Amino acid sequence: MNFDKELDAKGLSCPLPILRTKKSLSDMSSGQILKIISTDKGSILDIPAFAHQTGNILISSDQENETFIFFMQKK
Amino acid sequence: MKKMALIASKGTLDMAYPPFILASTAAALDYEVQIFFTFYGLQLLRKDLSDVKLSPLANPAMPMPIPMPVMMQALPGMETMATMMMKDKLKKKGVASLQELRSMCLEAEVKMIACQMTVDLFDFNRSDFIDDIEYGGAATFMQFAGDTDICLFI
Repeated sequence: MNFDKELDAKGLSCPLPILRTKKSLSDMSSGQILKIISTDKGSILDIPAFAHQTGNILISSDQENETFIFFMQKK
Repeated sequence: MKKMALIASKGTLDMAYPPFILASTAAALDYEVQIFFTFYGLQLLRKDLSDVKLSPLANPAMPMPIPMPVMMQALPGMETMATMMMKDKLKKKGVASLQELRSMCLEAEVKMIACQMTVDLFDFNRSDFIDDIEYGGAATFMQFAGDTDICLFI
């Protein structure tokens, strides 16, 4: 999938993946896509919860071994 | 905009995390956040957070690397050792430091209020605390807390 920016949040624990996601989105423009890579198992629920509450669109979430990959479109 | 109010009343390393984690996350979720620091919670507003320690004593739920009788936990140096081990573990597991989390809260405009009564009670000096805070009492807290979606005492 094409994306405009990538956030490597590997090795970070709650709440850092969420805080970094927020920060990464802040200098992106509406409609752009952020790829988030995380190893925090909590982010399986946290990233969708962030998207739901902030109105950004979670396009997909995938798991590759111990890594979680999310694509989020800025609202 | 949703709002969250927290009271931070504890000054140990383990109890310092919840208010800063919740506040920084709520701010990332576009909440307006205020934290009221009272009693031992005021330690979390000091410029230097290196004195925030972990106490294994009277904390039977804390996982120990080796089983340790309470008598031993009271020995001099145990608190410092437990704190060092915990900080090491936090770092290894990618958990942010208190300093980092607090900075992120301040960057996200989380409002921090120090309890003036506690400052007076313990003869604290305002110059020991970070600059970006306000000083107030219970009524100051109510004014914001009365109109919040989430309100927690920690």
